Amino acid sequence: MILELLKNDRGGRNLLSVLAIVAILVPVCNLLIPADNPLHISTYSVTLMGKYLTYALLAVAVDLVWGYLGILSLGHGAFFALGGYAMGMYLMRQIGDRGVYGNPELPDFMVFLNWQELPWFWQGFDQFWFAALMVLLIPGVVAFGFGWFAFRSRVTGVYLSIITQALTYAFMLAFYRNEMGFGGNNGLTDFKDLLGFSLQSDTMRVALFVASALALAVGYLACRAITTSRLGRVAVAIRDAEARARFIGYRVEEVKLWIFAFSALLAGVAGALYVPQVGIINPNEFSPLASIEMVIWVAVGGRATLYGAVVGAVLVNYAKTVFTGVMPEAWLFALGGLFVLVTLFLPQGIVGLLKRKEASA
Amino acid sequence: MTKRLTTLLCLCLLLAAPIASADPADLTTAFSLLGERSFTKKAEAIPLIANSGHPRARQLLSALLEGQLKQRKTDGRLVWVEQQGDTEVLLDPLTGAPLAEAEGGQFTRLTINNQMRVQLRNAIADMSLADADPAVRLAAVREMTGELDDERAAALERQLADESSSAVKAAIETALALRQLQSADDATRLAAIQQLGSSLEPQAQLRLTTLVESEESSPAVKRAAQESLRGIEQRKQLAALAETLFFGLSLGSVLVLAAIGLAITFGVMGVINMAHGELMMLGAYTTYVVQQLLPNQIGLSLALSIPAAFVVAGLVGVAIERGVIRFLYGRPLETLLATFGISLVLQQLVRTIFSPLNRTVATPEFMSGTLEINAALSLTLNRLYIFAFCLLVFAALVLVLKRTRLGLQVRAVSQNRAMARAMGVRSEWVDALTFGLGSGIAGVAGVALSQLTNVGPNLGQAYIIDSFMVVVFGGVGNLWGTLIAGLSLGVANKVLEPWAGAVLAKILVLVFIILFIQKRPRGLFPQKGRAVEA
Repeated sequence: MILELLKNDRGGRNLLSVLAIVAILVPVCNLLIPADNPLHISTYSVTLMGKYLTYALLAVAVDLVWGYLGILSLGHGAFFALGGYAMGMYLMRQIGDRGVYGNPELPDFMVFLNWQELPWFWQGFDQFWFAALMVLLIPGVVAFGFGWFAFRSRVTGVYLSIITQALTYAFMLAFYRNEMGFGGNNGLTDFKDLLGFSLQSDTMRVALFVASALALAVGYLACRAITTSRLGRVAVAIRDAEARARFIGYRVEEVKLWIFAFSALLAGVAGALYVPQVGIINPNEFSPLASIEMVIWVAVGGRATLYGAVVGAVLVNYAKTVFTGVMPEAWLFALGGLFVLVTLFLPQGIVGLLKRKEASA
Repeated sequence: MTKRLTTLLCLCLLLAAPIASADPADLTTAFSLLGERSFTKKAEAIPLIANSGHPRARQLLSALLEGQLKQRKTDGRLVWVEQQGDTEVLLDPLTGAPLAEAEGGQFTRLTINNQMRVQLRNAIADMSLADADPAVRLAAVREMTGELDDERAAALERQLADESSSAVKAAIETALALRQLQSADDATRLAAIQQLGSSLEPQAQLRLTTLVESEESSPAVKRAAQESLRGIEQRKQLAALAETLFFGLSLGSVLVLAAIGLAITFGVMGVINMAHGELMMLGAYTTYVVQQLLPNQIGLSLALSIPAAFVVAGLVGVAIERGVIRFLYGRPLETLLATFGISLVLQQLVRTIFSPLNRTVATPEFMSGTLEINAALSLTLNRLYIFAFCLLVFAALVLVLKRTRLGLQVRAVSQNRAMARAMGVRSEWVDALTFGLGSGIAGVAGVALSQLTNVGPNLGQAYIIDSFMVVVFGGVGNLWGTLIAGLSLGVANKVLEPWAGAVLAKILVLVFIILFIQKRPRGLFPQKGRAVEA
């Protein structure tokens, strides 16, 4: 079945092959090759690459709604961060009494705020299965609720973009409040264990990296399955002519709603994998700027290709790492310039450029 | 002027002091009297100075009260020693001009006794009561309130008859009523209690509360006091409501200022300009730069900043339109992304040029301070000015769009581009100018913002989502809608704030708008007609 999905998808085949090679090579280079060997990959790099892969998964989620459904979501950061917070809450509970205050029940920031007992919405997050379920459910349900309101009243185009931005902005303001019970502007951090294994160990880092690669592969295939299915073709029809699709008799709202919620769920998974690797989640992830950066990854890579989103996410974030290391002031210039140049000269992104070259050759 | 003279005359009478004209000879006598050792002699100087009519007489008396008047040991000359920071400055007591260092030497302080202190305080209070500035009179009345003797009560009653300022009048009435509360006659007390019911002075409420709680007061007095207290409470609530309303309107006016530029670029042209906030930031930085160029004339520099900010932001806007946006007409999502990129570049540019730290822009004197309506309600002047400024900018914009040739062309192009071109309108040129106009207004909004907050690279970001909300809530393409939406959102925010907290209030308003857009996707005042779908 997987083969069938990839039959007409050369980009996807390439992407998955590269992903498979990387997922095998990187653990070998990190764990088996000694540190003084030039082929050794440091744990730092492994974590960095793992982070890129979670971003890539997020970009695929954005591309699914923007490229195939025509919804420019400026609020996918909210779903990403919600998934991240769900995972962060589990990791906070895993700290147990090893926190600064040594309280076995309450996370440090709650002790600091003089809270006496765990709020109701923190109950259950000491179980991994519950946290994992919430990683999927919370972003999915929020997106479903939001979409239910937005799509039924036929808010489209730019208006929809702006209210998705307002959504993530509202989340950001809310999570900055200490009273919310999510650590205020410090967020959740100082994680120790995941499933009983130390987060600092090399094996754990590699395991998270492989998990991210796997999640990206599965997420890609799922999106590919959706876009090649009947549902996906209806989605493209809605993207190109919404009113026409509606008059023909398709339930436009339902199609949008399910795909949007699925995309949010993918973003949540990406967030959940991101948090243990970077070791912190704070309300900054909700900022409108973060959400809009995701859109530019997709735009750089190429819309409506899925694998283009992966390419864009990895390239832009690699550039960000390099720029912020070498000359931090230049990064915003570069990012801003990228927005302008890509929209003006590369409407199909890098992938589109390559395709055009191929066609002319 | 005649009023001032009569009050002065009253003053002379009530002091029962030797009647004197504004004669410098008197002051000389007074100064030599002050130099005497005997307190009775010194005390004689006080009415002399008070009645001298010298413009600095009041300051002289307070200087004496505070021990700032000193005598040189060698020749007995009087000087005014003012503490300025850590150094003492010698001033001439008559002119207030600084004296040369050479005139320094050993000084002794002019000592005064308690009797003189009382006399001095009374004389200063009486002189303040006769001052031309209502604020000085009000302060004097408040100073006296609660400690009136018969003489000053009579003075206040006389002042009441002539008083022109209603705030001072109310304060005097309160002071007199508070005095009548001590009377033995219940009828007088009841009348006083009723009078106090209309006062907002904190002292009135305090005394009434003690009356209610006191064992000695008769039941009738207690009842009346309770009644009056209720009245005060109600009026206080009313004042609090008015204050909330004012703060709401003030916030609303800022929102409107931020949003009307957007109402042009987004509402009329349909261009999503995410760099709008950064254009406001440029306006605020222009204010800062102009003020750096004219450091000694804050008022003038602020006035100059308004056109300067309009030009700077407008030119940047035209550059953005010509350089980027014109290639992206009809592709709103791409426009959004490109202008967002521009906003990042502008932010970083400002960070590189001016440093990432916030800059403060000074507020001119006429804009600082408060306007006191009554004891419970005072409005900050800068917010009042910004509210007026917002209405002014709005009116100007409406005039430009409705009455000028440019406005006509802008409306024509936005309604039907092809037809407008056929009629000979240079649509590209109009596009650039319209965008420049919207951007320029964003710059002007930045000037207003610089008076309220610190100027920093993130200034614009804070407003961009809010301003989009205002435009969408008010109805795209409708300037009046923007005005009403901005003001009502500001008021809603401030009304919610006391019981929900600032952040939650903001979130509630955001959620409300999101829900509202679901219900009415085209805002409060939707555009009608065929132009809508185009």
